[in-house]
Amino acid sequence: MLQPGIMDLAKYPFLTEAGEYLRDKGFNLEQLGHPDWTPLVEKAYGRIVVASSGQVYGSDMEMLENPDMEILSFIVAVILLKASGIPTLARRFSLAEARRAEKYLQQDLWSNKDRKNLELPLKIIQELFGVQVIVENDEFVIKVADYLQRAIHFHEKEWKLVNRRVKNGLVYLTSHETVRLIRTELGQYINSKIQSITLPPIPDTFKARVQDLVSLASRFSDVVVVSTDYPPCVKHAMEVLERGENLPHSGRFLLATYLLARGQTTDQIAPLFKNAPDYNERVTKYQLEHISGSSGRGTKYQCPSCDKLRSENLCFAIPDCDGIINPIQFGKKRGRTNA
Amino acid sequence: MLEKDSVLVEGAIKEYYFNHFDLINIPANLVQREFGYQKINGGMIRHIAIKDSKELHLLLMKETPSDVYCSNAYYSFPNLPMSEKDWQGADLIFDIDAKDLALPCRNDHSISICGACRGIAAGKQTTCTSCGSAKSETVSVTCKICISESKKQVKKLMRILADDLGIKNEQVQVYFSGNEGFHIRVTNKDYEVLGSQERADLVDYVMFNGAVPETFGIKRQNIKSALPEIGESGWRGRVAASLFGAKSKAPKISRQIILDGYAAFQARLDGMRQTIGARVDPKVTMDIHRIFRLEGSVNSKSGLSKIQCKNLDDFDPFLDACLLGEEQVDIVANYPVVIKLKNKKYGPYANERISVPKYAAVYMICKGLASAV
Repeated sequence: MLQPGIMDLAKYPFLTEAGEYLRDKGFNLEQLGHPDWTPLVEKAYGRIVVASSGQVYGSDMEMLENPDMEILSFIVAVILLKASGIPTLARRFSLAEARRAEKYLQQDLWSNKDRKNLELPLKIIQELFGVQVIVENDEFVIKVADYLQRAIHFHEKEWKLVNRRVKNGLVYLTSHETVRLIRTELGQYINSKIQSITLPPIPDTFKARVQDLVSLASRFSDVVVVSTDYPPCVKHAMEVLERGENLPHSGRFLLATYLLARGQTTDQIAPLFKNAPDYNERVTKYQLEHISGSSGRGTKYQCPSCDKLRSENLCFAIPDCDGIINPIQFGKKRGRTNA
Repeated sequence: MLEKDSVLVEGAIKEYYFNHFDLINIPANLVQREFGYQKINGGMIRHIAIKDSKELHLLLMKETPSDVYCSNAYYSFPNLPMSEKDWQGADLIFDIDAKDLALPCRNDHSISICGACRGIAAGKQTTCTSCGSAKSETVSVTCKICISESKKQVKKLMRILADDLGIKNEQVQVYFSGNEGFHIRVTNKDYEVLGSQERADLVDYVMFNGAVPETFGIKRQNIKSALPEIGESGWRGRVAASLFGAKSKAPKISRQIILDGYAAFQARLDGMRQTIGARVDPKVTMDIHRIFRLEGSVNSKSGLSKIQCKNLDDFDPFLDACLLGEEQVDIVANYPVVIKLKNKKYGPYANERISVPKYAAVYMICKGLASAV
């Protein structure tokens, strides 16, 4: 059983104990609907807006004067998100909150080497995600199988098991790597919390902000509709972006080169990346122009082969992919056989 | 396979399952496994559930399959189509095959059989020496070097499994594949839940694929480079041993490596895959729905049995896995090399009618080098 203190709950407001704490203190939704609490609703709304732009909402714990507000604003944000019913916003918020918590987890692991308070971050990792972390000297140690189940989602070579220190069935990690490993799951955990709450009748003061969230989300809706003509790898890349999740560089490169080869312009393609957590209009435009050959040395980059995509875990072949060696051939070949 | 040949082979296999059913390893969680089998000249029949060893014995006696397979995975409903089986977990398996080791001896014990005129020639031929056809099949026969090199790979793998992956020796079973290699089965709760992608990364680990210089202290910028030391655990220790040989040489070699730079070191690491990595077939380990040759069954590529190697060093597949009948049968054999089974040499033969023990006759027929009379 976790027994976090109030500062811990401010850092990790998604813990079940945060809700219990507020209940014990006598907060209820009706009360929070009072105009006196408008700053709280604004804080909660701000927390979502920051997340939707791909940033991490920062609470400076040192300066924190009111941990209750930290906990409450998270809970109110969850209620606003649930009321708006927009999955993309909820996913972005979850990912951003996961990254926020990741920062604190790392700090807690790092600063508590004297083991005074190491129990909480380790317990969060163990109880929420079933990963047992042992501390050995300055390192954090987890089982190879636990590591593999998470590390395969990263595409950088440093995460391959062969590039890790492995001994007796255990993988040795830094505090940063340990928490990075569970970021996705933490995001999913927060998202599942949002999905699972039953929405109580919400106060009127919340309603305007729920409407604002709906209009905020509309700027994510101008993504290209996924056509059935796209090969599964491209569809996957589009879906990941649409969900506001992080698509690795190789996936973005696939998407850009594929669509360019299909005759789309960089202006048509750029909006697709709007949902990326690290979206930057200027950088996206620069990259697309570079890939298309209209800037830089003028080299027009080709769509990567199926082989290459397979090795990057970006291939999601379906029977219609049979016989093709590059995503560009998808559909064309099928058209010929049908003719 | 010709009718008269299949009668002989099937008869020998049936006799084997009658006399040696005790050699069949009934896998743990038998009822959750998917079974499959092939008959001579027939296709694969799979998605079979077996409830106990009696039912398995009955199937072997009734169908006389040339090859029998059992899933490394366990399912809630092993007899349903793949999407409905409800995968529960799978043993970790590895396949080491001499043909993947590119050994120099390979050509010496390979025989090409022309698909058009059935002409036989020593070595791997691209076109038939008699009729010029480009359709040829290459078979490989008994070779001690191949087995000994495969054993080295098994040992390398077992050390990585034990030292790095924490898999105890009693959780690892080594089997001769029944032809030219070894199958390794790991039963360890931690690893059985892993999916295909996780197993792909695990197999890259044992093969030493995808290692980058940074892992071994060599950076792109060439600053503060520090190579691992002999005696370190895991790949760092193995790389150090491979680079330096002896501790005394380490400082000099280290300096040269750092001087050569990042790209040169990456090339060195890539080169080391062949020597320090365990050379397994990655496709087998990654496949979590595979049906794998049943332990104790006969392999129709050779008529030898897939049997457990309790003592790998002493194990001689051409003696210990040669378990078909001993009585003499007449065949016509045609091949240009020597085959050694149970310490007796057979061949070369030029379309000669010979009388040999049944196990040898089946071996030659299965390889396409002889025919029953």
